[in-house]
Amino acid sequence: MTAVYDDLGDEATSDIPVRRIRFTINGAKKIAEIEPRLLLSHLIRRGVGLTGTHMGCDTTNCGACTVLVDGKPVKSCTMLAVQVDGREVTTVEGLASASELHPLQEGFREEHGLQCGFCTPGMMMAAKGLLDRNPNPTEEDVRWALSGNLCRCTGYQNIVKSVLWAAEKQRARTPGAE
Amino acid sequence: MTSKALDEIKIGGLGSSRKRVEDDRFIRGKGNYLDDVTLPGMLHMEILRSPLPHARIKSIDTSKAWEIPGVHLVMTGEMMATRNLAWMPTLSYDTQAVLATDKVRFQGQEVACVIADDPYIAKDACEAIEVDYEPLPVIINPEQAQADGAPIIRDDKDGQASNVIYDWEVGDQAATGRAFAQADVVSKLELHYPRSHPSPIECCGSVADFNRATSKLTVYMTTQAPHIIRAAVAMVAELPEHLIRIVSPDIGGGFGNKVPVYPGYVMSILASILLERPVKWIEDKTGNLISTGFARDVYLKGEMALRRDGKILAVRMHTDADHGAFFSDAQPSKFKIGLMHSAFAAYDIPAAHLTARGVYTNKAPGGVAYRCSFRVTEAMFFQERMIQEAANDLGMDQAAFRRINFVADHDFPHRTPFGFLTDSGQYAKCLDVGLKAIDYDKFREEQKEARKRGRLLGLGISTMTEPLGAGNSREYDILGIKMFDSADLKVHMTGKALLRTGAKSQGQGHETTWAQIVAHELGIPAADVTVEEGDTDTAPFGMGTYASRSTPVAGAAVAMVSRKIRAKARKLAAHLLEVSEEDIEWELGRFYVRSAPGRGVTIQECAMAAYSNMPDGMEPGLENTAYYDPPNLTWPFAVYIATVEVDPVTGVWDVLKMVAVDDCGVRINPMIVEGQIMGGLTEAYAMASMQFITFDADGNCVGSNYMDYLLPSAWETPGFELHSEVVTPCPHHPLGAKGIGECAAVGGPAAFVNAVMDALGGTGVRNIDMPLLPDRVWEALTNRHDVSGAPPIRQD
Repeated sequence: MTAVYDDLGDEATSDIPVRRIRFTINGAKKIAEIEPRLLLSHLIRRGVGLTGTHMGCDTTNCGACTVLVDGKPVKSCTMLAVQVDGREVTTVEGLASASELHPLQEGFREEHGLQCGFCTPGMMMAAKGLLDRNPNPTEEDVRWALSGNLCRCTGYQNIVKSVLWAAEKQRARTPGAE
Repeated sequence: MTSKALDEIKIGGLGSSRKRVEDDRFIRGKGNYLDDVTLPGMLHMEILRSPLPHARIKSIDTSKAWEIPGVHLVMTGEMMATRNLAWMPTLSYDTQAVLATDKVRFQGQEVACVIADDPYIAKDACEAIEVDYEPLPVIINPEQAQADGAPIIRDDKDGQASNVIYDWEVGDQAATGRAFAQADVVSKLELHYPRSHPSPIECCGSVADFNRATSKLTVYMTTQAPHIIRAAVAMVAELPEHLIRIVSPDIGGGFGNKVPVYPGYVMSILASILLERPVKWIEDKTGNLISTGFARDVYLKGEMALRRDGKILAVRMHTDADHGAFFSDAQPSKFKIGLMHSAFAAYDIPAAHLTARGVYTNKAPGGVAYRCSFRVTEAMFFQERMIQEAANDLGMDQAAFRRINFVADHDFPHRTPFGFLTDSGQYAKCLDVGLKAIDYDKFREEQKEARKRGRLLGLGISTMTEPLGAGNSREYDILGIKMFDSADLKVHMTGKALLRTGAKSQGQGHETTWAQIVAHELGIPAADVTVEEGDTDTAPFGMGTYASRSTPVAGAAVAMVSRKIRAKARKLAAHLLEVSEEDIEWELGRFYVRSAPGRGVTIQECAMAAYSNMPDGMEPGLENTAYYDPPNLTWPFAVYIATVEVDPVTGVWDVLKMVAVDDCGVRINPMIVEGQIMGGLTEAYAMASMQFITFDADGNCVGSNYMDYLLPSAWETPGFELHSEVVTPCPHHPLGAKGIGECAAVGGPAAFVNAVMDALGGTGVRNIDMPLLPDRVWEALTNRHDVSGAPPIRQD
C-alpha cells in the first residue's frame, strides 16, 4: 500500500519490505508495490479501489470476499496479494460489460436474490465459478457450490433460484451449451 | 373509476412485486457501505480488547506502540477519563465503559486503541501495548451472579451491592393464584433461550470526520437509527446537535446489532477531534461477536393452569435475564424485560403473572432485539413450547388445543393476558391453511407407521401473534424520546418526487417500497420517486429501523405525507379546473370534475401549477412533512409448521417440510415480504439447530468467529413453503399493513424444536435447550432425560 510516514528521524521506516507484483484485474494489467503480508482483498479494495469485494469475517467462512483467480473462486481475505503475481483476478465489477449485465446479475435482481447486498458480490462470484464449470446445475449443485458463502438476509431460497435463472438464461444465449 | 384511471400495479403501487431499486447498485458492486467510505487524509483505528473476562487493570504501557512509525495516537481509559469520556450512558439508563479504567468486566472489552496511517500498522501497535491484569473470579450465569459472596461486577456504581439490575413484574398475581387453585392440571416447563448474536455479515464501523474550521462533526456509521445516535453523541460528547451529522450509508445487515452506541464509535469520534483528521474504524468479526449487542440469554420457567377440557385458565412465568457486564439493552424505557409480556397474546387466557429479574455477569453487554421486538422472541418461544407440553399433559391434539384457546375472530379488540390490546386476526383460519399445507392427518398416520419401524418422525406447530412497530408514544420511548416516525415528501414541478424518512433500510428495500406507497396515494409512478434515508442533515427526525417498525410507523408516515400533498393538490386542481373543491373527485393520479369525468387534471399538472400557477394567496410549492404516532402496535399472526425426522443413532435431525402462513395484513410488495419471511425462517432454523454463543467455565467466549459460531449455509438450510391466503388488514394503519420482518425469526424456532420434541414423544424427554445439536438430541434419546444448554459452572 502506498503510505507516507512521518519522518521520525530513525531507521524504522526503511525496514518496511516491499514486493513488486504484476497482475490482471478485470482485464486491466496492473503493477503494484506492496507489503508481502498484504491480503488480496485489501489489494483489491484499497489498492485498486474496487470496493465491490466485501470483507465479512476475515476467517474464510463467510465468502463475501470471493473473487475469481484464474477463473476459480477464491476467498480473497485469506490469500496474500503476492500470490496473484502473474495471475488474473476477476471481481464483481468485472461481471457486466459496458452495455449488458451478466445473467447472474440479472438473475439476482429478477428472483430477489439479495436484500442488504453485502454478501451478493461474493455469492455471484462463487456462482460464476460454478456456472463456468457446470452450465446446467441442479438445485443441489447450486446449494453445494454456495455452501462456503453465508447470507443472513435471504434464507438462500431466492439465491438458489437466481443462479438457476442465470444458468437457464446463459444456456439460452449459447445454444449447444448443454 | 373513469377509463383514465391508472393501473396501480403498472405504476408500481400497492401490491406490486416491483423489482428492487437498490439492487441496481448492489449487483454491480457499487453499493456504498461503511468500509467503502474514504476521505482525504483518513487514518485507521484498531481496538485492543481484553483477553480476560474479569480482571483488575494494574497498568497499561503504551510506550512501544507510540514508537511504531505511522502511529498517530494511542488512547487508553485513563486518557478518555480526562475528557469525561471513559464511560458513556447506555440506551437502558445504565453506563458502559468506552475504554476500561478500573477493571475489565467481559472478555473482549475495549482496553485501548491505536490510530495509525494504515490498519496493519494500527494492529501492529495494538500488539505492542502491554497490559498487566490481575484476574478476578468470573461469573457466567445468573445463578452464580446471585450466589452468596459472589463478587460485585459493577463495583464502579455507587450503591450497587449485588449483581441484580432489576426486579420487574406485570400481570395480576392474585387472580392468577385463584385460577391455579381451580386447575385440574398444572403443566410446567423450564428452559434456557441461549445467547445468540444477530451477526450481520458486515461488522460495525465508523468514519468520524471533525472539521476544526466549521466545528462540524460528520460521522459515517453503521447505524439502524442515525437520529438517536445524533442525540446520543450530542449528550455524550457534549457537542451541539446542529453541528453533528450522522450518515448511515448502505448497511450490510443489521438485525438489531446496529442499534446501540458502541465504544468504537465514541473512540473514533474523539480521535478525529484530537487529530483533526478523519478516522476510520472497521470492526473485525471477532470484535463484533464478542463485544457488540448479543441477544437472548434468558432462563425462563413457567406453569400453566389447565381445565381438563383443554381450556387454559392462567399462566405464571419467571425470567432470569443475563445482561452481561453493562445493561445496554436497546428497548423501551418502561419495560425492563422488553415486551416479554406479549407472551400468550394469541390465546384467550383470563389471568397471568410474570416476574422478571435481570443480572450482571462477566459477558458482553447487549440484550439487543435480534430480529425481534424487544424480547418477543423469547416470549413466543416459551409460549409455543409451553402450549405443546400442556397439550401433551392433557393428552390433547396440538391443533385442537390451540383452537380451543385462540382468541376468536369476533373477539377483537382483545385484551391479552398481560394487558396489551390486540386488534385483528383470523387465527383459526391461518391454522387451517397450515394444517392443510402440511397434510396434517396424513402425516400423523405416517408418523405412527414409521414409529413401528423405529423411525422417529415429528411435527411441530408454532402459532403466534406478536407486537410489531413500536410505538405509540404513550407507551414507547427510548431514553424518553417517543417512538414515532416521519416522512418528508417533495414533489418537483415536473411531477417527480423526493421522499425522505426517519427510518433506515438495512436490506428491507425501503427505496423500493416507500415509492410504492407514494404511487398508491398519489398516482406518481414509483419509478419517479427517489427515496433517501440515513443522513441526519437531510432526513426528518425518526427513530430508525428495528422492531419491524418501518412499515407500521415510517411507512404510515409516508402514506400520511402523501395525503397531505394530495389535499393541497386538490386545491390546485380546483383552481385549474375552475370548480369548487367539493365538486372534485380523485382517482389514482388524477382529479376530475364529478359531473364531467372527462374534465380532469393529473397529479403532475397539479405539481406544475404549484410552482407556476397557484391560486392567489396559496403558498407555493408542493412539499410537506408528516410525523406519525401510531395509535397501537400492529399484530400480525403466523402459523409455522415443521416436520422432521430424527436419526435415533446419531441425534441428527432433518427438516422434511416447513410451511409458513403469515397474515401480516396488506402486503405493499409481496416479493419483498416473502423475502423477509424466508430470511426469518432461516434464522429460526439457525437458532433451533446450530447458532449460539456460549462460554466455558472460565468465561471464555465460545463462538467468537464463524468457525465456532455456526450459521447455516445454503447447504443446511431447508426449503420453505409460504402461504399468503389469509389477509386481515390492520384496522389503524393507513394502508392496513402490519410488521413482518421478524415474525418468522420469532415464531419459527418453536416449530422446529416442537417437531424434534414431538419425534421424541414417549421417551419421557420434556425439553432439550436450543440449539438442538445432534449430541444434545443423542444424549436425550440415549439417557432419557432433559438436556440443558446453560453454560457450565466450575465445580472445583
